[in-house]
Amino acid sequence: MKALAGGYARAKDVAHALDLLAEADGMGRVLAGGQSLIAAMNMRLSTGDMLVDISRIAALRGVTVDGDQLRIGALTRHADIGLDPLVAQHAPLLVQAVHHIAHAAIRNRGTIGGSLAHADPAAEFPACVLALGGTMHLQGPDGERRVAADDFFVDIFETAIIPGEILTAITLPLREPGERHLLVETARRSGDYALAGLCLVRRAAGHRLSAFSVGPRPVLAAAAMARLDAGDTAGAVQALKDEIDPPSDTQASAAYRRHLAGVLLTRALQDLTGETA
Amino acid sequence: MTEAFRDRIDIALTVNGEAVEARVPAGRHLVDFLRLDLGLTGAHAGCEHGVCGACTIQVDGQAVRGCLMLAAQADGADVWTLEGLTEQGVIRDLQEAFVARNALQCGYCTPGMLASIKELLDMGGVPDRAAIREHLSGNYCRCTGYEAIIDAVETVAQARAGKGAA
Repeated sequence: MKALAGGYARAKDVAHALDLLAEADGMGRVLAGGQSLIAAMNMRLSTGDMLVDISRIAALRGVTVDGDQLRIGALTRHADIGLDPLVAQHAPLLVQAVHHIAHAAIRNRGTIGGSLAHADPAAEFPACVLALGGTMHLQGPDGERRVAADDFFVDIFETAIIPGEILTAITLPLREPGERHLLVETARRSGDYALAGLCLVRRAAGHRLSAFSVGPRPVLAAAAMARLDAGDTAGAVQALKDEIDPPSDTQASAAYRRHLAGVLLTRALQDLTGETA
Repeated sequence: MTEAFRDRIDIALTVNGEAVEARVPAGRHLVDFLRLDLGLTGAHAGCEHGVCGACTIQVDGQAVRGCLMLAAQADGADVWTLEGLTEQGVIRDLQEAFVARNALQCGYCTPGMLASIKELLDMGGVPDRAAIREHLSGNYCRCTGYEAIIDAVETVAQARAGKGAA
């Protein structure tokens, strides 16, 4: 269908965007790459929005190393993340994720900030920043605040962003020597949303494991992480299956998704131990 | 409506190399602007939620979904549709390979296919069949079964690489 927008304004900078959101009086909607928002507008899931187009704010785009953190501007596009040498060095999990996100033409427009703010429970980037222990940087009328990924994803399509705020950047800890990242998922067709997927990070301090497309938001699998730290692979697989509560829908049953999560973790661990690097 | 938000937006862009100025409704898709306002019906509006790929066009050198971008967002952009790409002759070999290999039947998906493939071929090298399939995974064809399309792309990639080496 055709999109129904209430109005459109192009923001010059973050301060202007915040003013526009305030002026929209609750009807404001931040438009970045538009690869989820415009699709939702086309399906009339969202109508009458006052669109605040932030996509031209150059300061929100790009990747830098800032002290001991990798800083990714919210408007950095999926395709750029897939090709960025700093991301490849410090957060290769995101590069793996890019290959699973939709298709080339969508990766050319979609942004990481848009994906995180949209918080589709089947999307890869939210689960990635959760597994990496990232931090979201939010700008609002009262200044900046930071929210840990663990506290950011609230429910389906719902985050800790409050009306009037904009997600401006994501910071991630730099990868330690020997740290391993692995994203595994199963989808029926290339570019489809996963039936189930996992992000596994192995650091000297221990494992971080998140699961996506198995509930209303990405899940940090704390019980499975504890079993992995103890070297108990079979226990970790069982713990993961016990701590997720996946939905049944036309794509897959809850039982199948739970089974799949266990299979994916087994495969991921085989990949991690089977490699010499 | 507040003054800052407009329901009609003035845009200036280039389409197929020509300067265009227009006033567009806020919710107007870029593909509908091209088709309905400019009469460039090469790009097709298919599923209108980013899945089928029939509306794929080239914006600022990249393949983009025409149904997931608003015309209002194209202010200042350099847009190319199948009409312009055909006129420039930059995909003539690809178009000829599609005909020679019967890589289309009804033709509805073809303009989007060509725009996606152009991006792949512009990267250079000879992608293997798996890479071609992956790059075209966002372009649906309900007629051909894809094999002939992959053949055509592979043929052109090999021919271009041969020319470059000669």
